[in-house]
Amino acid sequence: MTASNIVIQTSKKKKSQERRFGRIAGKTVIYLILLIQAVLVLAPVLWIIGSSLNPGNSLYGSALFPKNPTITHYIELFTSTDFPIWYMNTFKIAMSNMILSVIVITMTAYAFSRFRFAGRKEGLIIMLVLQMFPAFLSMTALYVLLWQLGLLNSHLGLVLVYVGTGIPYNTWLVKGYFDGIPRSLDEAARIDGASNLTIFRQIILPLTKPIITFVALCSFTGPWMDFLLPRLLIRSAEKTTLAVGLFEWVKGQQNTKFTLFAAGAILVAIPIIILFAYLQKNIVEGLSSGATKG
Amino acid sequence: MKRGKKSALLSALFMGLGQLYNKEYVKGVLFALFETVLLLFSIPYFKKALWGLITLGERPLYYVKGIAKGDHSIILMIQGIIAVLVLLLVGIIYIVNIIDAKRTEEARIRGKGPMGLTELAKHVWGKYFHFIILSPAVLFLIFITLLPILVMISIAFTNYSGPNHLPPAKLVDWVGLENFRNLLNLKIWNTTFIGVAKWTIIWGVLSTITTYFGGLLLALLINANGIKLKKLWRGIFIIPYAIPGFLSLLVMRLMFSGPGAINNLLSSLGIDKIGWLTEPTIAKTVIILINLWLGTPYFMILMAGVLTNIPKSLYEAADIDGASYWQKFRKITLPMVLFSTAPYMILTFAYNINNFNNIYVLTEGNPVNPNYKFAGSTDILITWIFKMTYDQYKFHMASLVTIIIFVLMAVISVYGFTKTRSFNEEDMIQ
Repeated sequence: MTASNIVIQTSKKKKSQERRFGRIAGKTVIYLILLIQAVLVLAPVLWIIGSSLNPGNSLYGSALFPKNPTITHYIELFTSTDFPIWYMNTFKIAMSNMILSVIVITMTAYAFSRFRFAGRKEGLIIMLVLQMFPAFLSMTALYVLLWQLGLLNSHLGLVLVYVGTGIPYNTWLVKGYFDGIPRSLDEAARIDGASNLTIFRQIILPLTKPIITFVALCSFTGPWMDFLLPRLLIRSAEKTTLAVGLFEWVKGQQNTKFTLFAAGAILVAIPIIILFAYLQKNIVEGLSSGATKG
Repeated sequence: MKRGKKSALLSALFMGLGQLYNKEYVKGVLFALFETVLLLFSIPYFKKALWGLITLGERPLYYVKGIAKGDHSIILMIQGIIAVLVLLLVGIIYIVNIIDAKRTEEARIRGKGPMGLTELAKHVWGKYFHFIILSPAVLFLIFITLLPILVMISIAFTNYSGPNHLPPAKLVDWVGLENFRNLLNLKIWNTTFIGVAKWTIIWGVLSTITTYFGGLLLALLINANGIKLKKLWRGIFIIPYAIPGFLSLLVMRLMFSGPGAINNLLSSLGIDKIGWLTEPTIAKTVIILINLWLGTPYFMILMAGVLTNIPKSLYEAADIDGASYWQKFRKITLPMVLFSTAPYMILTFAYNINNFNNIYVLTEGNPVNPNYKFAGSTDILITWIFKMTYDQYKFHMASLVTIIIFVLMAVISVYGFTKTRSFNEEDMIQ
């Protein structure tokens, strides 16, 4: 071993030491950023949880860590407000919207993905353009339409509007996923004598569960927080939904029902967060499928 | 006579005749029954609806023995448009009937006998399956999405506005292009329009860029080598996406309000209260920051998928060449990410420009701007439209501005989507 060789080796060692140091420093910085981010993300969440446990009822006194936390607001929600009714109404609407939407959307996406017919590409573009129209400007027209059909102030009318407005975007999403399923599978089945419906039900649907779960989840969570539609289409108090009810509690300057709102908000958010956490894999796959396949 | 022409003519004369001529009795009777019912019962309906659409009513509200009567122009207009759409559907059925008659005759000449009911059902189910499964969506789209758009476009050509042309007390008239001229020529209208449009575009661009790169940053950090608890981090950062947006916005509004948590915190540190949502410039900044909180997770999820799909071999090759982190990011990661997510960036931009909730729930467009007509400093076009309609009843101008945004959005999103590879190369994926 010559002297020059040794020199080279020690300098290499030094370099790798430097690199390791750099890597540790880099990691620390990353962890620090992640931590700050986490705090920023969680702060509003913690604040609202803290508020819901505050004994008072206004925004002014509410503290992040109340001195004597209480769950009276949660009890009050169920004993002396319409909260349970709103909850049931919203749940009903959300479930119906989910079921109807999934049926209509998967059928539409299947047609666009697997059949070639005149006006197909134009149809896809038209759907895209249609969904750009701001929803609240549709209100007057929808109001008259539902009134003509006798569906005003009914949950069915609301659900039909939700299904209709959800079609364009979701069809695009689902169609993209369907496109990724090799068509040779359909053709093999067709040779075996399978009908269109059989192919749809027994080949396409089972293979596309992630995206269907994603669409179902979105259709389910959408109505929980939609505010404009129910406010304009639902008139009677016993048919009100959560978003309208909760907004009424805090829209004024007084905020005398602030803590009640906080408790209600948490009861709305928790099931949805649990759903999201449970289905996280499907969401990631559903959302990124378009980007990675596209 | 040309093949099939006779049947087609017969069916054009009265639905079902051509089918009966070809001895397809079930089909023929069904078509004929459809037209008979239509002629017997719906003519007065269509007549009244079209009269309403053309005249927009002739007598405003009046009372007969305490019962309200008279024409409501806007209801008449919408009913008229609904009738036109229904007529279009009837027209399509009529055309299908003619084509069908022609085809049956051709088939008969070729020696194929008329089909029985079950045979017919089977034939349609097999051959026109895609039209059958598309029909619910088409109906939904025509009545839930297309109808409101047609109504909105129509209103832009009327004088529908308070206080002088507000049904039911007053009638509304068609005015042609007058509203377009006013938006261009009246100073107060076009100052507001230009001012609000400017902030709308700034908001759209900044909100999209911040969330896009925020999401990319988070995804990269979580994805970095040797970072532990990746699932936990991702789980935390996904929370804003999981919480219903409307709730988060309300909570943020309360947090940043005068007596809210942020000012509380500041005053306990001895700093004066700040009008987070009441000073124009501060409010705009806060809105964009809050949107960053809300919108980053979406891009983070999107990017996470893209990042795992970049071939590892690219990075290994770069390592051999001694590339630095920054070089690898700029030459490999960024181009790959931009390439697959650019369309989503455009779509998000289009979505944000229309993002009513963010602005309205946080500030309601306030603080008020004295130079604007019916708009505040943080109003974007969409919230301005909302105010014009629900607070000021200026439906005609609101419709006009809507059409402008709508055309803009349509162009952007069509451009964005036709750029996606899934649209252009969909038949090559197999």
